Amino acid sequence: MHRLIAISCALLMAFAGVTAAQDATDRQSWSTRSGYYRVSYKSRLEPLAINRMHDWVIHVEDAEGTPVNNATLSVTGGMPKHNHGLPTEPRMTKSLGNGDYLMEGMRFHMSGDWELTVTVDAAGRRDTAIISLTI
Amino acid sequence: MKPSKKTSLIAIVAILLAASAWWQFGPRYPAKWTDLDLMVLQRLSLDSLPDLEPDPTNAVADDPRAREFGHKLFFDMRLSANGSVSCATCHQPDRRFTDGFPKGRGIGLSGRNTRSIVGTAYSPWLYWDGRKDSQWAQALSPLEDPAEHGGNRMSYARFISTDPEYRLLYEDLFGELPDFSDTSRFPETAAPLDDAGANAAWQAMSDEDRLAVNRVFSNIGKAIAAYERLIMPGPSRFDTYVRDLLNGNSESPGSALTDEEILGLQLFIDKARCTECHNGPLLTNNEFHNTGILSFPGDVPDRGRIDGLKKVLADPFNCLGQFSDDPEKRCAELNYVRTGIELIGATRTPSLRNLGGTAPYSHKGQNETIAALLDLYNRAPLAMIGHNEAEEKLNLSRRELKQLEAFLNALDAPLATAEKWLRVPLAN
Repeated sequence: MHRLIAISCALLMAFAGVTAAQDATDRQSWSTRSGYYRVSYKSRLEPLAINRMHDWVIHVEDAEGTPVNNATLSVTGGMPKHNHGLPTEPRMTKSLGNGDYLMEGMRFHMSGDWELTVTVDAAGRRDTAIISLTI
Repeated sequence: MKPSKKTSLIAIVAILLAASAWWQFGPRYPAKWTDLDLMVLQRLSLDSLPDLEPDPTNAVADDPRAREFGHKLFFDMRLSANGSVSCATCHQPDRRFTDGFPKGRGIGLSGRNTRSIVGTAYSPWLYWDGRKDSQWAQALSPLEDPAEHGGNRMSYARFISTDPEYRLLYEDLFGELPDFSDTSRFPETAAPLDDAGANAAWQAMSDEDRLAVNRVFSNIGKAIAAYERLIMPGPSRFDTYVRDLLNGNSESPGSALTDEEILGLQLFIDKARCTECHNGPLLTNNEFHNTGILSFPGDVPDRGRIDGLKKVLADPFNCLGQFSDDPEKRCAELNYVRTGIELIGATRTPSLRNLGGTAPYSHKGQNETIAALLDLYNRAPLAMIGHNEAEEKLNLSRRELKQLEAFLNALDAPLATAEKWLRVPLAN
């Protein structure tokens, strides 16, 4: 019985993992640590691939779902398992309106699990979200 | 009847012999590739190499006249202080554009191992420490390195303007050459080098005259780069194997890889974790990693990228500089370049294509053989400077190391470059 439950749990978790991966570029969103904002991203390189410089559009909403304009964003990140960061220093280069921000200079140089820290600074409220993705 | 001691001994020896024969020559476990594996293999295959994108910083990068000019310059020993060193002295076509030495040997002994030129048109960074960001900017450095060609930009500019053949080729591509005949304005030797005399002469020149010399000097690099863009890797047995596999011919008896090599390939993409850095069809991510490679005997540990980064940002011939032909100065690599302590002692991942024919290995040629290199990754020593990213021991058995080595040797292949470019150009 225990084994059956364990197998079911494992299957459910695996399924959840697959769904998350599929949604990764389909406006899955992540809440920031203190809950001030929700962020989502869209890569301009589809599908995401290693060793190619590309841009992201990061969308920011407040807790009520209203797009946040006039924010400053920064992105850092790396591969926790490999103890190294991104090969580039991406920068927010443009506010596109409707809560969208252009983040240029994105590149991944290894396949595997990446963790990106998005820091949103708007109207004196600074908060960070961690986006996990697998390439 | 009870078997005698002798019979038992013979039986044991026979069993041992049979076991060892099976171990040596017995059937191997054929690779069972998963769909994910096949996707990984496809991405490593040369068939996945995208078309070369234009180089906006070099207006003549794809000009056939520049290729011909660059071809001549590449093999021309007159482009050196002693008349006996050309680019091809260290970048020998017969050795896949390397030289077989731990450190390059020009006029003197170079500081690092000679990297191959094959496929470098795809790399955003050049040199082990990435201190140059284009092939044309890279091509300029050895010309003025006292241990390599040992010349100076003033003398090269004058040489191009006084050699009748080169003058024609140059002016056809880049327009009229300045008149360098007035030695009070254009001394014999002048360049911003460590050499005090050359440097003093350079500093004494007017801004305008220095610009004129730098323009010609950078154009020499651009012509050489137009030639180097043609130097591309050809398909190896590994690429044939992947192509067969994806076309469903994997069971064919004429498999392009031996069983031993296939087992090595399995290790390459999995347990040995090689594809973490040696990924993509050129088997490099062209990024900078500290993998704990030991210093060259007698040398202090190489600081690698942390110094290369400062140099490329300060380089007047970089993508953002005035000699770059890109009017928009897009330069994403330089604009979004990163720094950090991880770059201490980090060197650029080399391509593994043609690995077998390009020993010795590592940034100072510290590793004479592939086996020595694999042994290093298997042991994962502490870095002598900075932090070894590959600090986890691989724990590969001796047999596995042999298999991996067998696979790596299967990456050698004739270049995908027409034979005429691999030989000394014919005189006109």
